[in-house]
Amino acid sequence: MPNLEHPAYPADDLLHLESLVPCRESQVSTLLSIFGERQQFSFPSIFIYGHTSSGKTYVMQTLLTTLQLPHVFVNCVECFTSRLLLEEILIQLQGCSGTEQTSPVRCDTLNDFVRLFKQALATQELQDETLYLVLDRAEQLREMEANILPAFLRLQELTDRNVTVVLLSEIVWELFRPNTGCFEPFTMYFPDYSIGHLQKILSQNHPPEYSADFYAAYINILLGVFYMVSSLEFLWFCLAAANERDTRKLWKNIEPHLKKAMQTVYLREISSSQWERLQQDGGEPGQLKGLSAHTHVELPYYSKFLLIAAYLASYNPVRTDKRFFLKHHGKIRKTNFMKKHEKTSNHLLGPKPFPLDRLLAILYSIVDNRVAPTANIFSQITSLVTLQLLSMVGQNDQLDGPRYKCTVSLDFIRAIAR
Amino acid sequence: MLVFSPSLKPVVQINSLCVCLQQIQEDLNKQLLDNLVSFLSRSHSDFQEKTTKWTCRMKFREIPTAALILGVNVTDHDLTFRGLSDVLQDSITPYVALLEAKDCPGIKNLMQKLMGQLMNCDIEVDSLEDEDCVQVSQNRIRCSMPSLVSWYENVTKKTDSETPSKKRNSSSRHWQSPPVVVIFKDMESFTTKVLQDFIVISSQHIHELPLVLIFGIATSPMIIHRLLPHSVSSLLCIELFQSLSCKEHLSTIVDKLLLTSQFPFKLGEKVLQVLINIFLYHDFSVQNFIKGFQLCIVEHFYSQPLSVLCCHLVDLKKRVYSLSHDQCENIRRLPSFRRYVEKQESGKQIALLTNDNFLKEETEKLLEDLHVYHENYVSILRCLHVFTSSLPKYPLGKQIRELHCACLENQVWETEEYESSLQLARMLNKTDLVSMLQQCVEILMSSSGKEFDKTVEKLKEFLTQFQNLEASQERDVSVSSQKELQKKTDLYHLQKTLLELKESRRSKKLTKFEMLRFEVVDYIDTLVRKYLVPADTRTLHEIVYFNAATVLRGHLNAAPRTALHTALNNPHWYLKNQALKCDGGGISNKAPDICIVYKLHLECGRLINLVDWLEAFSTVVMASEEPNADAASSDQVDDIIHARFIRAVSELELLGFIKPSKQKTDHVARLTWGGC
Repeated sequence: MPNLEHPAYPADDLLHLESLVPCRESQVSTLLSIFGERQQFSFPSIFIYGHTSSGKTYVMQTLLTTLQLPHVFVNCVECFTSRLLLEEILIQLQGCSGTEQTSPVRCDTLNDFVRLFKQALATQELQDETLYLVLDRAEQLREMEANILPAFLRLQELTDRNVTVVLLSEIVWELFRPNTGCFEPFTMYFPDYSIGHLQKILSQNHPPEYSADFYAAYINILLGVFYMVSSLEFLWFCLAAANERDTRKLWKNIEPHLKKAMQTVYLREISSSQWERLQQDGGEPGQLKGLSAHTHVELPYYSKFLLIAAYLASYNPVRTDKRFFLKHHGKIRKTNFMKKHEKTSNHLLGPKPFPLDRLLAILYSIVDNRVAPTANIFSQITSLVTLQLLSMVGQNDQLDGPRYKCTVSLDFIRAIAR
Repeated sequence: MLVFSPSLKPVVQINSLCVCLQQIQEDLNKQLLDNLVSFLSRSHSDFQEKTTKWTCRMKFREIPTAALILGVNVTDHDLTFRGLSDVLQDSITPYVALLEAKDCPGIKNLMQKLMGQLMNCDIEVDSLEDEDCVQVSQNRIRCSMPSLVSWYENVTKKTDSETPSKKRNSSSRHWQSPPVVVIFKDMESFTTKVLQDFIVISSQHIHELPLVLIFGIATSPMIIHRLLPHSVSSLLCIELFQSLSCKEHLSTIVDKLLLTSQFPFKLGEKVLQVLINIFLYHDFSVQNFIKGFQLCIVEHFYSQPLSVLCCHLVDLKKRVYSLSHDQCENIRRLPSFRRYVEKQESGKQIALLTNDNFLKEETEKLLEDLHVYHENYVSILRCLHVFTSSLPKYPLGKQIRELHCACLENQVWETEEYESSLQLARMLNKTDLVSMLQQCVEILMSSSGKEFDKTVEKLKEFLTQFQNLEASQERDVSVSSQKELQKKTDLYHLQKTLLELKESRRSKKLTKFEMLRFEVVDYIDTLVRKYLVPADTRTLHEIVYFNAATVLRGHLNAAPRTALHTALNNPHWYLKNQALKCDGGGISNKAPDICIVYKLHLECGRLINLVDWLEAFSTVVMASEEPNADAASSDQVDDIIHARFIRAVSELELLGFIKPSKQKTDHVARLTWGGC
C-alpha cells in the first residue's frame, strides 16, 4: 500500500488520515491529487458512486475534517425541496466562518443562491481556499427542479469562486445525465469491501479484554457466516450482540447463536435490544414471537366474504363467472379442467381490476343468506381499501363505477376462508 | 307523548354509562399502555445517561419503534391513541405528535404537521409569550429537521435552566430530555416514500433528537416489511405490542354493561342480536356497539311513555305513586300486563282494572319482582356458562353473550342445543365437574340475590359427596376384581359373567359417581328452568326491556340504494300523497318527473336511446290530458315536456344511475342493474 503523500499537507495529518480510512488509501490519494493544494482551483464537480456501505460518506467526511478543509456537507434526503437544500447550504456556510449570523436566509431560486453564495464567501476568509460542497445521496437531486443538478455541476463557473461540488450516490452517473446535456463531472468508483478488507476493518476495533489475534479469528468465523447476506452495519451489530458471551467458545458453540441472530435480527423479526435482553437472560429467541408470526388478520364476517369475492374477481376471468357462480351452468367436466388451467396462468399474471358491481354480484352468490346492500357493506369496501387489502384502480370518478384490485395473496385468502 | 319526568332520565343513565365505560376502557388498555410506557422509558435511557458503551455505538442509528397492532376496527383506534397520548403526556414526555396519513401526502406536509403539533404543545406549556410566538412563526418557514433539532435544544435548555415554582412540577414529572414521540395512526395508509424519507432523515438526527416512533397497525406487522425496504427497516429497532382483540373487548363490555343490575335499562333479545350482528358481520367496532347501545337508551325513553318507571329500586316507590291516571291506563294497556290480569281471579281483575291505587301497589311489586328476576337470571346464567363453555364444540356458544341471547330468545331448555349440551355435561369427568361446581358456588355466593342460600348449600353438598366418593370407589374396584378372580376357573361361567357384565353395563348398572353426576346435571337443569325464563314472558317487561329491533335496524343499517329505489319507484312511500298511490307496475303521471323517468329506465337494457325514452316519457305525461291537446302535439313533443324530461334525466345522472355513453351519440349508459 502506498503511503499517502502530498506536499500541501503535513505528514502527521496524512498519517492520521490513513489510519482512519483503512482499505481506502488509493481512493483517498486520488482525491487528494484532484484536490491539489488549498488555494488551487480543483475540478468543478466530482461524482463518487459505489454500493451501499462502501465508505463513500465516511471517507469524504474524514478526509475533509482531518485535513480541516472548508466544506459544507448536506444530505439531500433531508432537504426534500430545493429551497430547503439551498438554504441549508447557506446556513452551513455562515456557520463555517464562525460569525454567528442568525438572520433568516430566504433563498427560493438558484439565481438567489448564486448571489447569496457569493456574498457569503465574500464575507469570509475563504476566498483563497477551495470550498468543498458535498451532496450526499445526490440521486434525490434528480427529483428536484430540472436546473438544480446542472447548476451544481458547474457551480464553480457560475459563481466564479473557488468551489468544488462533490456528489455522492449509490447509482451510476449514466442515470443522472439530463436530456439536455450538462457539464460532465469527474466520476470515481468506490468498490465494495472485499472479505479481507472487512476483516481488517472489523478487527481494528477489538474490545480491550481480548487479544487482537483472537478477535481476528473470531471475526473470520463471523464473516464466514454472514458475508454473503449482510451489510457492514449489520456486522457491527452482530459483533456487539454476540461478543460478550461467545468469544471464548469454539466455533461450534458460536454457530447456532449466529444462525439464530441471522434468522431473527437481520430480518428485523425482533429488535436488537430485545435480542440483547434475551442474550443477557440466556433465553431462547423462540419465546419472542417475531413480526411475521402475527400474520393472521381477524376480519368481520362480511369483510371476509368481500375479500374472498374480490380475490375471485381479480383472478378469475369474467367469462367464467357464469359457470362458477350460477346454479345451472352445465358442462361440469369441462369446467374443472379449465379451472385448473386458468388458475396457474392467472396467478402468474397478477390481480386484474374489476368493477364494483361484479364484486357485489359475486358476494351475493357466495354468501349463503341474503345480503342487504346496506351502507355498512359499502363502507367495509372502503375500509378494506384503507387497510391496503384492496386497492382502487383509476381514482377518477366515484360515480363512474369504481374499479378495484385485490392485493392479498392466495395464502392470506386461504387463512381467511378457513 | 309523555314528557321526560322528574329528572332527565336518559341523560342521567347515559352519563352513568359513560363513566362506567371509561372505567372499563381504562382497565382494558392498562396492560398495553403500561407496556408501552415502560418501552418508551427504556428506549432512550442511553440518551439520558449519555453513555458511550461499546455496544451502544453499534446500534447508534436505530430509532426505537413500537409497532402497535390494534386490529381492523379502525373506528376504535382514536380512543386508544387519545388514551395513549394522555398517558404519555402525563408520565413521560410533553412532546407527542399524532400523524394521520391523510394529512401527510408528502414528506413536506408531514414535517409541517409534526412541527406544528410539537411546537404548539410547547406554547401551551409556556403560557403564550409574545417572544415565543414570533419564534414559532419564524420556524414555520423552515420545516426541516435541523430546525426541529434546534427547537428541541432550546426547549430542553429552557426547562433545565428555569427553576421557578410554576415550572417545577411539570419538569419534575418528565426527565431532563424527554423523548419526542411520533405516532403514526394508520401505518397502512402512509405512502412508502414518505415513511422511508422520514425514517432516513430522523435517523440522521437521532443523537440530537431522542425520537421514538409508534406505528399504529390495523392488519399485521408484515406491513412494515411491505412498506419499508431492508435498508430503511434496519434503521428501526422495532418492538411489537398487541392490543386486546376486539371480540374480547366486546365480551368485557357485554359482561360489565348488560349482565349487571347496575343499570335499570335492559336490552331485549332482538335488539341485542342486531347490535351484535352489526359488530360481528360488519365492523368489529366496539365504539359503534356502544353508540348503538346509547341510541337504544334514547329511543326507549323517547318512545316508551312508561319508561319513567325504568329506574333504580330506591326511586321506584316514589315514581310509581306519582303516576297519573293516564299513565295507569298505559300500564293497563301493556300486553304483558293484560296477560297477567287474565290469569288473576275475577275480584282482583276488577280491582286492577279500575282502582289506580291498587294498580300502583301491584305495579311496584311486579317491578321489584322483575328486578329480582334479573339479578337471579344473571347469576344462574353465569353458572350455566361455566358448564357450557367447557363442553366440546360449544353447542350453546363459547361466549356468555351467545348464551345470553339464546336464553332471552325463548325457553332455552326446549332447544336442541341445550339438550345436547346436557348430554355432554353428563359425560364430564370428575375433576372438571368439581371445579365447575366450585366456580358456581363462588358465583352464587358473590351474587346479591337472596334466594341462593339453599342452592349454595345444595351445591356444597354435592361437592362433599364427590369427595366421599373417592374413598368408596377404591373399595368398589377391589370387590369387583375379587369376584372376577373367583369365577375365572370355569370357562362356561366366565363366558356367562362376561355376558352379564355386558348386559348390565348397557342397561342399568351405574357407578356412584355416574349417579351423582346425573343428579348434579339434573339439578342444574332445574335451576335453569326456574331462573332462566325469557324476559318477555315476565309481566311489565316492556318498561325495562327495549325490544324495538326494527326501529334500531332502521337507524343503524342504512341502505341508501334501497331507500333511493323506493323513493323513485314508489314515491307514495315517502311523500304520503294519496294521488301517488298506485298498485303494481303502472306508472302514474302525477308522480314527479324523475320517478317517471326512473321507472321507464328500469325497463331498458345497458344502453338507453334518449329519443325513445323521451317518447315514452311524453306518452306517460300526456296520458290523462285532453285528447285535443294530444292531437296537437302528436308529431312534435311539447317544449315544456322536453325541458322537463331533460331536467329529470340530468337529475338521474347526478344520482349516478346513468352516464353519457361514448359508444353511441344519442344514448346513455345505465350504471345500475336490475331493480335493486
